[in-house]
Amino acid sequence: MLIDVHAHFYTGRSSRADWRERNASRLSAGERVGITWHVASILGTWGRTSPTYFPSPADLTDANDALAALAREHPGRIRGYVAVNPNFTAHAEAEVRRGLAAGLVGIKLAASRRADDPLLDPIAALAREHEVPILHHIWQRRRGDVLGQEASDAVELGRLAARHPEVSFILAHIGGGGDWIHSLHAVHGLANVFVDLSGSGVDGGMLEACLAAVGAGRLLWGCDLTIDTGWAKLRYLAHILGPAELERVQWRNAAAIFPARAFPAD
Amino acid sequence: MRIDVNVLLGAYPFRRVPGTSPDAVLRAMDRVGVDLGWATHLPGLFWRDPGEGNAWLYETARREPRLRPVPAVHPGLPGWERMLAEAVAAGTPAVRCDPTFYGLDPAGPELRRLAGACGEAGKLLMLAVRLEDGRQRHPNDRAPELPAAALRALLRSHPGVRLLVTHADRSIVEEVHFGSTPAEAARIWWDICWIWGPPEDHLAMLLGTVGIERFVLGTGQPLRLPEASLAKLDLLDLDADQRALIERHNAGRAEGR
Repeated sequence: MLIDVHAHFYTGRSSRADWRERNASRLSAGERVGITWHVASILGTWGRTSPTYFPSPADLTDANDALAALAREHPGRIRGYVAVNPNFTAHAEAEVRRGLAAGLVGIKLAASRRADDPLLDPIAALAREHEVPILHHIWQRRRGDVLGQEASDAVELGRLAARHPEVSFILAHIGGGGDWIHSLHAVHGLANVFVDLSGSGVDGGMLEACLAAVGAGRLLWGCDLTIDTGWAKLRYLAHILGPAELERVQWRNAAAIFPARAFPAD
Repeated sequence: MRIDVNVLLGAYPFRRVPGTSPDAVLRAMDRVGVDLGWATHLPGLFWRDPGEGNAWLYETARREPRLRPVPAVHPGLPGWERMLAEAVAAGTPAVRCDPTFYGLDPAGPELRRLAGACGEAGKLLMLAVRLEDGRQRHPNDRAPELPAAALRALLRSHPGVRLLVTHADRSIVEEVHFGSTPAEAARIWWDICWIWGPPEDHLAMLLGTVGIERFVLGTGQPLRLPEASLAKLDLLDLDADQRALIERHNAGRAEGR
């Protein structure tokens, strides 16, 4: 089994005219790589009617509905995160409950509010109540404000994770650009923070550093926007890990933090 | 025969990278099925005289014929013509110049002179757009990325100059290709290491719009996992002849064979 914990899909309401091609390409490339489950999110309309990283409640509701529909359309291939904007507390809480009831299996937080802000606490409490992980978009070492985002780095996510030790947090795309060495130092001692290997970065030495920082037990395989680099990391991991450790990264770690029966045959 | 035109040897100054020795790189080449590597002396990129790494590179290539040397030429240093002549005499596949790392204007007079001399000599000139993602570079690693405008200017600087550009993304490839005449664009080749595969499918699109004959296998190893460039190819629907173009024949044409 192979679980991609960081995937995205698009909808007809997305800002992209090629949304069908991109969705189809993810699924067909996934078949070639052997991805069993794409665990995906849709960030509103990806900028069309509200900003990608500050999506409006209405856009999020539509996107979460579309994702739930995709998961129903591909019941053996797609799982989803409920994406919410913590600035709209009542909507976010209701949307998490509604999305999880509709079959989504995790919560996605992007960059609408800093990770250590108290507004994220009720969402983390819901994650604990429903025993689902939170995938949090991360800028690997934020040296200032990031254009178009209220981005967080691993230190800020770490503060949230320390306040909610029973919730599993997924630090997004360690290979997504930025100073991944800083992030690995930040999460080294946080047992409830898992590192998602996705991103276009395939730096030599990065996977070894991830293993040294958090071990194979806290690594999750993923692709985000580039399945080619995800596959490359998987191939290299097969070279440096034994079969049992490789399986943990491929799917066992993910299966352990998502709800039971999220991935049939796990 | 599979050729990786973008192999780096030696330590990187801005972070620890495992496997930078020639032996380690050869093992990595074996791991991904690369037969020949066009090799650069990586530390030299950051030296005041990058050519001081060339002797080591030539000697390493003499010991290990699977590594073909790509010596550095700094056209801002007096006597650079000797280094180009040495490369021509040695039959290297290319020479390289990384102007932004050397502190040179990438479209300035020194670069134009080097491009012209390479054109006269029939020697391929290699340049890297970048080595690392700009968001992760060391605070003291401030060399600008190579701009598309400079590549267009170099292509126009001499009718015989041929360029091999590594670490370029989709936008640079498109800006240069469609910002050049067909004759100019036929004198530039791109390695695939920084071009995205699915689901964005930049590489698949560029093979169709720019043309498969313009692309060569390059990995940027060991700074980057060489598996990435091979995975990009494995995710394309290429027949054996098309794959051979990218994996070896186009590199041979770029070299002038």
